[in-house]
Amino acid sequence: MDGFLTLLYKEVLRFWKVSFQTVAAPVLTSLLYLLIFSHVLEQHVKVYENVSYTAFLVPGLVMMSVLQNAFANSSSSLIQSKVTGNIIFVLLPPISYRQFFAAYVLAAIVRGFVVGLGVLVVTLWFVGLSWQAPLWILVFATLGGAIMGALGVIAGIWAEKFDQLAAFQNFIIVPLTFLSGVFYSIHSLPPFWQQVSHFNPIFYMIDGFRYGFFGVSDVSPLMSLGVVAACFVVLTTFTLWLLRIGYKLRA
Amino acid sequence: MNPAIRIEGVTKRFGSIQALAGVDLEIPQGEFFGLLGPNGAGKTTLISVLAGLVRPDAGRLAVMGHDVVSDYRAARRQLGVVPQELVFDPFFTVRESLEIQSGYFGIRDNAAWIDEILENLDLTEKAGTNMRQLSGGMKRRVLVAQALVHRPPVIVLDEPTAGVDVELRQGLWNFVRRLNRDGHTIVLTTHYLEEAESLCGRIAMLKQGRIVALDTTANLLRRFSGHTLRLRLAPGAALPEALLPRLSADSGGEHVLALERCEDLEPVLASLREAGCRIDDIEIGKPDLEEVFVRVMHRD
Repeated sequence: MDGFLTLLYKEVLRFWKVSFQTVAAPVLTSLLYLLIFSHVLEQHVKVYENVSYTAFLVPGLVMMSVLQNAFANSSSSLIQSKVTGNIIFVLLPPISYRQFFAAYVLAAIVRGFVVGLGVLVVTLWFVGLSWQAPLWILVFATLGGAIMGALGVIAGIWAEKFDQLAAFQNFIIVPLTFLSGVFYSIHSLPPFWQQVSHFNPIFYMIDGFRYGFFGVSDVSPLMSLGVVAACFVVLTTFTLWLLRIGYKLRA
Repeated sequence: MNPAIRIEGVTKRFGSIQALAGVDLEIPQGEFFGLLGPNGAGKTTLISVLAGLVRPDAGRLAVMGHDVVSDYRAARRQLGVVPQELVFDPFFTVRESLEIQSGYFGIRDNAAWIDEILENLDLTEKAGTNMRQLSGGMKRRVLVAQALVHRPPVIVLDEPTAGVDVELRQGLWNFVRRLNRDGHTIVLTTHYLEEAESLCGRIAMLKQGRIVALDTTANLLRRFSGHTLRLRLAPGAALPEALLPRLSADSGGEHVLALERCEDLEPVLASLREAGCRIDDIEIGKPDLEEVFVRVMHRD
């Protein structure tokens, strides 16, 4: 097995060994969101024709889980390795910075997919979904997971303490995901906040992902794909540059 | 034949601290080499630069002829490093840690070699144990095992016996000696100078980022240390004046005299006889590396 595959395997094994915390817990959290929000809002909110609020909510929750867990995987693995010092085991072998990036980001996508699939399976007990464009579902989930995995790599490299990483997560990632249309359509917002939402890349990930289920979305899926792909390219380039210069990894 | 390690003009500064101030060093293949120096002398920085963990400000380093920057993949395959700090991955067992480390170096099916390392380091029974549950000494041995999984021809041990009990230390040195006999180049840093003295054929001493002494262990002992004669004279007897230039310590009625060579012993005893000094106790001390170390570190 080469260095890249081993690092990928190690990163997947790492979260799988504590799957109660890394998979079951976020699935339960999403289920609670679904139960509470659908109970309160099912009769009051109608976003798209022929789509119940609960059905509307499910893809948003799935994608939110994919994104948050992809970020959590790469960021928490790196900060733990840095704080405990075992990052040295990855830095000593002949693993290139590109392999390093690919392994952490792919493992993040895997964790995002596992949790997202868990949320989808559990929520399907409560509501039926349509699958208008499955390819869009896969494309947005993959790109979204990759973007958040790369962001996790950046945060994990940058943070020197757990509280710095928690600040990154709580003040950037969580607000961006919550304010991205997981629980509502941005058309229900006042014009100013609609405009603001268009600057949130996560909005496009969720909107495009949801399009794959219902065939309708707040903005064109092609536009969403363009924004998400551009974000992926920019973040990948930036992260690879950080890794190439050894920022906070190789003094 | 390429040297195992070649270091040319390496400098490294961390803020206001000049960790390495121009280090040149060549270690031939098969050598058991000691890198000594007080805390902060730059030993770990030098090892880190060699391993690619720290980037040098200037200079070049090569392992078995492979530049550690431009040809880093080949260089890292040739090098096994046992880090000074007791680090481990708490998610995995001992065997998993070794299998994963093998995979990082592109090695599949490494079970036979892993079993051999485990046995030699007395870890076989702990193979299935999670790293968190091991004692400090056990974790240290796993670090040694991790450095060896890819059979590197050059092995760097950065204070490998810190916190390891005597029995395990002996086992570890026997194993490392065997690796050296099999052709592996060993570079050792340690604060246990008697270990360095008995193991290392050649020694470099670092001080403030510079090599201040570099020679075979035998030559260093000859140049900077010598035999000593410890004497306890009978009450009332005074050391003859002719011996005062040799006096290096004098406390509690015990005199320590320096002898450059063994042949100096007879003239000293003759002086004592002529002065009528009766000797209550006498002991000859051999040269030791600790004395060399102290002398080298305190000379300007």
